[in-house]
Amino acid sequence: MKTKQVSINEMPLEKRMDTFDEVILGYNEEQAVMEAGRCLQCKNPVCIEGCPVGINIKQFIEEIKNRKFLDAYKTIKEKNNFPSVCGRVCPAEFQCRKACVLTKKGERFASDNAINIHFLERFAGDYGKEHESDIDIKLSKTNGKKVAVVGSGPAGLCVAGELARKGVKVVIFESLHTPGGVLRYGIPPFRLPGEILDFEINYLKKLGVEIVQNYIIGRTGGLRELFKKGFSAVFLGLGAGTPAFMKIPGENLCNVYSANEFLTRVNLMSAYKFPEYHTPINIGKSMLVIGGGNTAMDSARVALRLQKLNGLKPNVTIVYRRTEEEMPARRLELSHAKEEGIIFKVLVQPISFIGDENNYVKKMRSLKCALGDLDKSGRPRPVPIKNSEFDLDCDVAIIAIGLKANKILTRETQDLKIDAKGDLIVNRETMETSISGVYAGGDIVGGEGTVIEAMGMGKTAAESILKYIS
Amino acid sequence: MEKNTIVNKNIIASLGDVRIVKMRIFSPEIADTVKPGQFIVLMVNEKGERLPFTVVKAESELVTIIFQEIGYSTKLLGRLDEGGRLFALVGPLGHASKIKNYGRVMLVAGGVGIAEILPIASKMKEEGNHVCIVIGSKTKSLIILEDELRNVSDEIYIVTDDGSYGEKGFTTNIMKEKINSNRYDLVYTVGPILMMQKAAEITKEKGIKTVACLNSLILDGTGMCGCCRVTIGGEVRFACVDGPEFDAHLVDWKELMSRTGVYKPKEEHICKLYKK
Repeated sequence: MKTKQVSINEMPLEKRMDTFDEVILGYNEEQAVMEAGRCLQCKNPVCIEGCPVGINIKQFIEEIKNRKFLDAYKTIKEKNNFPSVCGRVCPAEFQCRKACVLTKKGERFASDNAINIHFLERFAGDYGKEHESDIDIKLSKTNGKKVAVVGSGPAGLCVAGELARKGVKVVIFESLHTPGGVLRYGIPPFRLPGEILDFEINYLKKLGVEIVQNYIIGRTGGLRELFKKGFSAVFLGLGAGTPAFMKIPGENLCNVYSANEFLTRVNLMSAYKFPEYHTPINIGKSMLVIGGGNTAMDSARVALRLQKLNGLKPNVTIVYRRTEEEMPARRLELSHAKEEGIIFKVLVQPISFIGDENNYVKKMRSLKCALGDLDKSGRPRPVPIKNSEFDLDCDVAIIAIGLKANKILTRETQDLKIDAKGDLIVNRETMETSISGVYAGGDIVGGEGTVIEAMGMGKTAAESILKYIS
Repeated sequence: MEKNTIVNKNIIASLGDVRIVKMRIFSPEIADTVKPGQFIVLMVNEKGERLPFTVVKAESELVTIIFQEIGYSTKLLGRLDEGGRLFALVGPLGHASKIKNYGRVMLVAGGVGIAEILPIASKMKEEGNHVCIVIGSKTKSLIILEDELRNVSDEIYIVTDDGSYGEKGFTTNIMKEKINSNRYDLVYTVGPILMMQKAAEITKEKGIKTVACLNSLILDGTGMCGCCRVTIGGEVRFACVDGPEFDAHLVDWKELMSRTGVYKPKEEHICKLYKK
């Protein structure tokens, strides 16, 4: 067996909470080469099957090992236009690293010893970014076709990149004032710095992609109009933009936030720089986050930094119905959250929020839970225990229990077929919706997935679109 | 002309350092699609908040908004001059008002809400309704759009808190009086929360269908954050995508009141910091 994994450089714990700067600092060249050297270069590289977009992992790792860093960058780019983003946000322990042969069979996540494919991808992506001038972007001859992409999140960006590389003129319509979708409003800068996202988006612009901001398809202009305006096909990457609430009493008390609102204020609107930036956010002395996904981890770590930056003693608690094992969050986020001092209270089912005389939240009432039978997700169901009520103090609560489809467009476009949850119904082979020439992918199809899953769907859709328009 | 350019700016009323500003902004797409009752969200500059404003008028590629400079961001907006450009402008957002021939309608507005009833009144009149307008503000100098509203109404009543113009008192006093002496089929109200709440109480007794246009806090304005959530008949609704108009008799006013005040201390802080 090869040597132990090369651990990643990180900002020291004592510095990290006083800033929104990136926590993971990446590998240097020596470290990357060393980590790449651990790869067994399997005859049958199963890791590739673990990647939703099929990056040639074996090859790019070999290239890093041989110090051909730009080649590694290009190898990744063949399948994925956004290595610096994916290398930062992919839940590799559920995907490529889990598939790696160094992961023990039957493990729920990748073993520690599995190759750090995501860190190597990030290294290659960032290397490409720093050596941008050495990369010639080969533009295909334009084929005269125009495709509209609605939404500039992971799915939309992916489709735009795939099509632009094939010579299609792509116009992305984004409802917010900055492109990136959930990568911008959802993921905090200490996990995905804005300039990394900007770089990847600028790359698309260099490929000829046009981005129209502040434009809501279904509002500013209609879906059908796009065809009249000369677009041959449309891709809908609308995202899962509607926050879910628990539907428990007191949920509308002041200072009870959806994670989407809390994170949007901080990430998109830079509320952590208030008053230099004008969007406010309320910071509590004891802040509760409900949920166990990446959004919950992000919210908690943002909350902790806000407390630190405002001279408050850190006091942030994550409350989850099941146990840590079942949390859908990336293990890395979980371990960062823990080492930064987030308190975890598991097997807790909130039942109400209690407010003060001015309608501001001051406590959350919950029941304790036990784990029961397996549910549809294959995880044990949380079973609330009778008469186990207890209260937790909180002056800010953040609900991070999930997201639902954004219905702005589907409400306005009746013949766009949706399922009971409001997600778009597509042909999974082609990603085509009920309207001919209109394709969809990402969270608006099949609910909350990962960035790379959205990109996987985007790739399939892009292939179908190319066939459709030619 | 570039999109989001301010074509006209007029100070249409003022009292001390509080001004009511009318702006016409170049935005052909929004001007073309917006309907009465809908709003836009704008950002003054890249550091700005996303601010919602009801569209008061839309014609020949221009969108008109009217706002009172009450907070830091509205003051910043008011400082932009003709030829200046907004950093961002998006819309139209929210549902359009349900406007048809109801028969006799009464529109009750206070403060800058007076501007917001203008498009509703025009359209109601167009549909053949008998339009009764009741407007009120603190004092004479803050009464706006009187002539425009006269043109689209059959009756108009004006009140001021200090009696400096029209009758002294509140819109809801007049409203009660009129409702007791005449039949009204629909009441529409927009303005300060306490006024809308009081109006809803009065019409509830009489069983008159009443619509309130709610001014919840807005962030993205597209249903993504839930910042604007309100309780309507026990159900949670997002004002930005499910509203902004709701059945006034079902609104949880106390909740709306408290939630709209949640950033008051921050607002005071930023105002003090950037005074002048």
